[in-house]
Amino acid sequence: MSAASSPSASWLSANKTRRVWSLVKKEARQVARDPSSIAIGIVLPVILILLFGYGLSLDVTNTPVAVVLEDPSPAATDLAASFRLSPYFDARLMISMREAQELMLARKVDGIVRIRPDFGRRLSLGDAEVQVLVHGVDANHARIVQSYAQGAVGQWAARRGAEGKEILTGPVVVQSRLWFNETNESRYFLVPGLIVLIMTLIGALLTSLVMAREWERGTLEALFVTPVRPEEILLGKTIPYFILGMIGFALCLLAAKFLFDVPFRGSVIVLTGASTLYLLVALAIGLLISSAFKSQFVASQITLLVTFLPAVMLSGFLFDLRSMPAAVRMITYLLPARYYVTLLQTIFLAGDIWAVIFPNAAVLAGMMIVLLWLTRRVTQKKLA
Amino acid sequence: MLDSIVRIIALTRKELLAILKDPRSRYSLLLPPILQCLIYGYVATYDLNDVPYAVLDQDRSAASGQLLARLDGSRVFRRVADLNRAADISRVINEQRALLVIQINQDFERRLLNGSQADIQIIADGRNSNTAGTAMGYVNAMVEAFNADWRAAHGQGAPPVRLTTRAWYNPNLETRWHMIPALIGTLTMLQTILLTGLSVAREREQGTFDQLLVTPFRPPEIMVGKAVPSMLVGIVQATLVLLVAQLWFRIPFAGSFFTLYAGLSLFLLASAGIGLLLSSVAATMQQAMLYSFMLIMPFSLLSGLTTPVSSMPALLQYFTWINPLRYAIDMAHRVYLEGVGLQLLIPELWPLAIIAAVTLSASSWMFRHRLT
Repeated sequence: MSAASSPSASWLSANKTRRVWSLVKKEARQVARDPSSIAIGIVLPVILILLFGYGLSLDVTNTPVAVVLEDPSPAATDLAASFRLSPYFDARLMISMREAQELMLARKVDGIVRIRPDFGRRLSLGDAEVQVLVHGVDANHARIVQSYAQGAVGQWAARRGAEGKEILTGPVVVQSRLWFNETNESRYFLVPGLIVLIMTLIGALLTSLVMAREWERGTLEALFVTPVRPEEILLGKTIPYFILGMIGFALCLLAAKFLFDVPFRGSVIVLTGASTLYLLVALAIGLLISSAFKSQFVASQITLLVTFLPAVMLSGFLFDLRSMPAAVRMITYLLPARYYVTLLQTIFLAGDIWAVIFPNAAVLAGMMIVLLWLTRRVTQKKLA
Repeated sequence: MLDSIVRIIALTRKELLAILKDPRSRYSLLLPPILQCLIYGYVATYDLNDVPYAVLDQDRSAASGQLLARLDGSRVFRRVADLNRAADISRVINEQRALLVIQINQDFERRLLNGSQADIQIIADGRNSNTAGTAMGYVNAMVEAFNADWRAAHGQGAPPVRLTTRAWYNPNLETRWHMIPALIGTLTMLQTILLTGLSVAREREQGTFDQLLVTPFRPPEIMVGKAVPSMLVGIVQATLVLLVAQLWFRIPFAGSFFTLYAGLSLFLLASAGIGLLLSSVAATMQQAMLYSFMLIMPFSLLSGLTTPVSSMPALLQYFTWINPLRYAIDMAHRVYLEGVGLQLLIPELWPLAIIAAVTLSASSWMFRHRLT
C-alpha cells in the first residue's frame, strides 16, 4: 500500500496477505487440535532432549568385568586392586576362570581380566602377561573396554615405576588434550546433534504427512477452485510448521545451556541463522516429497529414508564422515544435514569460526533456493 | 472354529492385497530395509580409516622422524600440514583441516638418548569427542609400538608387563557384526508397528471400519487378521536383512535359523500388539504414524543399538525392561553371533511373551469398547 504501487496492485497484495493469513490460521488450528502434531512438535523433542542429555552416553563407566586372580603374589593382588579402584570398571574379584567364563556367557560381565598363576614370578623376570578377554558383540564398547584395561595396567605399571620397583613405562609418553571438550563428555556433541534430528522431524516428516494428507483426501483440489494461488498454499503450510520447528529449536537450545551445561562458544544469532536455513531446506523437502507421492504412507517412508536416517547416520553426528567409503561420502555431500551438523558442532563447541561457517551456510542457502523453487514448480493447480 | 479360520484367512488376504497392490508401497516395504542394511553396514562404525593430522616437530631429529614415519606409514593417518609455530595449531584445528596435531618438543631425541622420558603432545578436535578419542587411541598404540622397538634397539629390554587381548564372538571387533544382526529387530519393528497401526487407522479414516463391523467378523478375528499380514511382512524383511548379512557382508551365522525365526515371531507378535494398541488410540492415519514414530524413537535409542545399555543411568535401564527391541536385539546377537539355543534364550523370550500378552489383551479390550 505504498505510494509507489498502483491501487490495484496494493489491493491484490492486501488480498494475498489476507488469504495467506487465513490459510495459516486454518493450519495452526489443525496443528493445535490434532494431538499427534503437538506430540511430534513439542512432546517428542522434550523426550529426545531428556534421553540424549541423560540417557545416551558413549562414555564407559562401571563396566562389569571379572578379575580372575590366579596368583596370590603381592604384585598380582596389587594389580587386581587397581582394577577395583578404577572408575571405569565394576570389577568382581574371583579365583576361578570357569566361574568368570560362565558369567561372560550369561553376559553378566563384559570382560575378563586374567592374572595367571606365574604372574609374580615372571614379572620379576621382566616378562609377565595379563590376559584380557572382552565380549565382542558390541564391538565399539569392547574396544573401549580393551583400551581402558590397557590404561589401568599402564597406570599400575607407572605407579610401581615411581615407587622404584620395575620401570615399565616409556620412553615416549603421550600427553593428550581434547580441545573444545576437555573432559571428554559425549553429551557435548550428542545434545547439539539432537537439534538436527528434531528440526528434520518437524520440518520434513510432519510437513510431508500434512501435505500428503490433503492430496490423499482431495482437500487440496477443493482449495484449487478458490482464488488462492499455489505459492500462497505453500506459504500457508510453511509458516506454521516453521514456527513449530523454531519452538523445538529454542527448547533444545535452552536445555543444552541450562540443563546439560553444554558449552556455547559461538553466538546465538549465527546459530539461529543457520537453523533457519536448515529448517527451510527440511520444509521444502517435506513439501516436495508429499507433492511428488501424494500418499501419506509412501511420503512418510520416503521422508524417513531421505531425511531422517541420513540425519542420524550420514551427517557426521555419530559416525566420522572421513572414514566412510568414498561412494557413501559422495552421497553425504548432497545431504543438508551434513552441513548443519558441522555448523552446530562448530558454533556450539568451537565458536564463530567463519572459515567453517561461510562455506557450510552457503551450501545450505543454495540448497534452500533450489528446493523452494522446485517445490513451487511441482505444486501446480492441477489434478493428479 | 473352522469358520473363524476361514474368515481370518480372508481378511489376511485382503490386507496383504491392500499393502502390496500399490507398486510404490510394495517398493517402500522391500527396498528401504535392503538399502538401510547396506548403508548401516558400511557407515555405522566407530573405526576410523582416515585421520588427517598436522605436525609441529620442533626437534626435527632422526628419532622424531622415526616416530612420524610410523604414523605416515599406516594407512590411517594422513599428514596434511607441517607447522612451524605453536600459534598455527589452533588454526588447523579450528578450521577442521586436521583432526589432531602432534607436537614434539625440541629435546625429544636428546632425552630419549639420555634414557629419560620424552613427552609428546597430542591436541585433538573434540567437537566429536568420540572420534577424537578413537584417533588418540590409535596414536597411543603407535607410540607403544615405537617404544617397544626403541627399547629393543637400545638394549632396554621389553616392557615387563604385556597385555594380550582377545575378543569373544567377534574376533576383529567389527562394528558391522554388532550392527547388522541388530537391524533384524530394528527394521522389522518399525514396519510391523507402522503397518498394523495404519491398517486399522486407514479403515477408520475411510469409514470402512464400520462396514467391517457389520460383517460376521468378531473383534478378535479382526485383530488377528490385522496382525498377521504385518507380521508376515516383518518376517520377509527380516529374511532380507539376513540375506544381506550373509551373502553380502559374510557375517558368519553361529546359531540355528529355527531358533532365530521362533524368537523373531514372538517379537513380531509383541510389535503387532503395540501397533494394534496404538491404532485403538489413533483416529487418523497421521496420528497412527506419528504416535508409532514417537514410540519407536525411544525404543530404538534405548535398545543398546547405538549406545550400550550398561552406560545408561539406572532409571532408564529399568525402562529398557519394557522395551521389546532391547530383547530382540539381544536375542539376534545371541543367536547370530553366539549361537545359543532356545533354552538359553529364555531370559529374552519371556519378557517378549509378556509384552505380547499385555498389548494384545489391552488392545482387544480397547477394540470391544470402541466398537460398541
